[in-house]
Amino acid sequence: MSALLEVVGLSAGYGGVQIVHEASISVSQGEIVTIIGPNGAGKSTFLKAIFGAIRPTAGRVMLDGRDVSGLSANQMVAAGAGFVPQTENVFPSLTIRENLEMGAYRRKGGVNERIDELLARFPELARRPGETASRLSGGQRQALAMCRALMLEPRVLLLDEPTAALSPIMREEIFQQIQAIRDSGVAVLMVEQNAREALAISDRGYVLVAGRNALEQSGREMLDNPEVGRLFLGRIEADAGASPSANAEA
Amino acid sequence: MIEALLPSPMLLLTFSGVANWSVGFFTTVAILGIAVLGLNIQWGYTGVLNFGVAAFLMVGAYATALLTLPPASDFQAYQLGLELPVWVGWIGGAVAGGLLAFIIGLPTLRLRRDFLAIATIGVAAILRTIANTAEGFVNRARGLNGIPRFLGDSFDSSDYKWVLLVTTVVALLLCYLLVQAVTASPWGRVLRAVRDNEDTAQAAGKATVPFRMQSFVLGGALMGFAGALWAHRVGTIAPDAFSDLFGTFFIWTMLIVGGSGNHMGAVAGSVVVGLFWFGTPLIQEDLPQALGSQVLVLRQFAIGLLVVLAVLLMPKGLFPEQARVSRFAPAPPPTGWRARLRIRRSEA
Amino acid sequence: MLDLAQLVIVGLVVGAIIGLGAMGLTLSYGIMKFANFAHGDMMSLGMFLAYAAVTTFGTGALGPFSVGWAMIPALLLAMLGVGALAAGVDQVVYRPLRRRGSSTISMAIASLGIAIMVRALIQMEWGPSPVRYASGINRAWTLPGDLKIRPDQVLIIAAMLIVAVAVYLLLFKTRLGKAMRATSDNAALAEISGIDTERIRASTWVIAGGLIAVAGVMFGIQSQLKFDAGFEFLLPMFAAVILGGIGNPWGALVGGLIVGISQETSTYWIPTGYKTAVPFVLLTIMLVVRPRGLFGSTV
Repeated sequence: MSALLEVVGLSAGYGGVQIVHEASISVSQGEIVTIIGPNGAGKSTFLKAIFGAIRPTAGRVMLDGRDVSGLSANQMVAAGAGFVPQTENVFPSLTIRENLEMGAYRRKGGVNERIDELLARFPELARRPGETASRLSGGQRQALAMCRALMLEPRVLLLDEPTAALSPIMREEIFQQIQAIRDSGVAVLMVEQNAREALAISDRGYVLVAGRNALEQSGREMLDNPEVGRLFLGRIEADAGASPSANAEA
Repeated sequence: MIEALLPSPMLLLTFSGVANWSVGFFTTVAILGIAVLGLNIQWGYTGVLNFGVAAFLMVGAYATALLTLPPASDFQAYQLGLELPVWVGWIGGAVAGGLLAFIIGLPTLRLRRDFLAIATIGVAAILRTIANTAEGFVNRARGLNGIPRFLGDSFDSSDYKWVLLVTTVVALLLCYLLVQAVTASPWGRVLRAVRDNEDTAQAAGKATVPFRMQSFVLGGALMGFAGALWAHRVGTIAPDAFSDLFGTFFIWTMLIVGGSGNHMGAVAGSVVVGLFWFGTPLIQEDLPQALGSQVLVLRQFAIGLLVVLAVLLMPKGLFPEQARVSRFAPAPPPTGWRARLRIRRSEA
Repeated sequence: MLDLAQLVIVGLVVGAIIGLGAMGLTLSYGIMKFANFAHGDMMSLGMFLAYAAVTTFGTGALGPFSVGWAMIPALLLAMLGVGALAAGVDQVVYRPLRRRGSSTISMAIASLGIAIMVRALIQMEWGPSPVRYASGINRAWTLPGDLKIRPDQVLIIAAMLIVAVAVYLLLFKTRLGKAMRATSDNAALAEISGIDTERIRASTWVIAGGLIAVAGVMFGIQSQLKFDAGFEFLLPMFAAVILGGIGNPWGALVGGLIVGISQETSTYWIPTGYKTAVPFVLLTIMLVVRPRGLFGSTV
């Protein structure tokens, strides 16, 4: 199965400081892929560069077989991708309904139906669509932000730390929603700090260290990987002599 | 008011015509240069956006006028009139400028830049209104006449302009040395840190607002001094002479063209822009009729265009400041047209 | 008391003009994030473009007003003209600065240059002497309580209300208006959502230009046209914008009314010469005490 989203050798940074160094990933249809890594590894920067929210300095991005390298963020939306940033991911002075309308700005017709369709999955939001977004709780905002990105039925959804700063109950709900999104035919690529919970629902995972690929495995393998477990999953190593057998695939 | 200083182009046909014009020109430019140095301290070195420069020039001019004029008569109604020596008036002008900066700065220096800019425009407008309206204060819109000349009694008219030129150039030189010394000092380094990154400077333990106030006051004093020199040069001042166009925008154009963050640039900018402004009426004869009759408005248009182009093309002005990380680090590769020219010449 | 009530009426009219101009200014400030110092001279341009149109079409008066049917196409032409110029200036000056990552201060300084250029152009084209849309006296109507109001002044207040409703419909009932509000909230998020924010900005300039042209024409109807008339409104408009909260058009409108009424009624207590200082005093106080404005801002 050819990859839906293919990123090859992407480099990016801010103001002359390079953060991502020739990183590559691929996401196939029907997959949930998670990127984990230490703080400051450039995971968020990587995601933003893929989406065109910041300009990559090198590398290629292919979406659905089409070269979308260098496209701006609003063009990526037209190409079939959606992005939810970590913070400030809703329009605070707009209502829930208006936030969703903005997600469908590029489309003229059928917007109301799509809004109703998405709100049906989130009764919390459906109850008061005229509520101003600034008055929503953290979990509600995250849900709204994801719905906004789904308005145009993207082929792949990019999420930057969707469960950051959420309570454990909310985290579980968001991860369930992510699976539902995948089941509805949208591939998901996410960056996560809550690595264990994220990997548990992921088909594949990548480890990014200092802006470079360090490891690529299936979600299950990565969960069971003792080295990864020690570094990122907060697992206490019972057998200190165990040697990691990590396969570093670029 | 500035129009009053323009000679007829015909005068320039003779050598003495050129000399006369140049003396007047450089006197004016020297005075304005002091104001630009003051603005450079505020904006170029500290990042304080002062769009009310006219106000500082005005209080400096009026302070010296009120100090050096004889007591009010039936013809002009104003306060004070202490008939003090001119140099006392000049000091008074500097003090007035610094004091105004202090008073305005107290509530406004902590505002974000664009709000500070708007507030300073407002202050300049308020001061102009008060000057124009208050009875018996500064003779309202009619202005103050007969402001005494510096050393005016000791020289006769034809030589006086040279005296004035020498005086103002010396004043400019002294101010230049002053600001140069001040910004090379440790105080100056903190100033630059405040300008470039307020957060870092604060983290290093420097309370930034006092530094901005000190720089604002120093800049204001320089502007007040310039205003005072101006008052004695022209002899007559009125509130509307210190309009936003001449008092503020003109000085800003000089700073932008010359390059902020650099004292030499500030002075160079005043010469270049001054040449442009005072020189264009001289070529009035050479322009086609339609343009020539409009030359005074045309040069206003051109000044506006100059600022827009300067912002678009040379955000660092004619003399960009060389970035200095530390005197122990190797110098960064030179930027700017002068350096590139030097490199090209050495390669040739 | 009669005098004070009469001053309130005058203040209402002046305030309506300030408010109309401030609506456009607050929209551009909220979306472009910089203070546009050319806004006052755009007001002058609007009033003079309408003047050029009216003197071509015909200056006949209609009913009790001092202007006639010709003013309607003249007004539309002025709105289009200023809107187009504002959008053009953005393309040539502010957009390159944005692309380069320039600070909003650079844009503010550039806007000062634009202001000077526009003012000089107006002076070159129409001269330094004041002109009027129409000559003749506009007879005042008498209201209960022996208050006087001129038909032109009623027209101005009506224009303000119509424009307020139009702006409301734009911002809350149209896709473009909602996208403008979204861009004002968070331009990066708007881009991520698929909105072409540069198109939104261009539209914002056209709308802001149209609004300021209306303000200029309204001013011209009840006064004489001078090349620097608009510039004198710049600070009162900023006062209204700050009062109302940057990015908030209703705030700007109400702010304008507050500024206008304060300015005119102040003469009841203080000498008339000081009245032009009132907006500046209000502005300075607001900036120091409550920069977010009375109703909250997006900047």
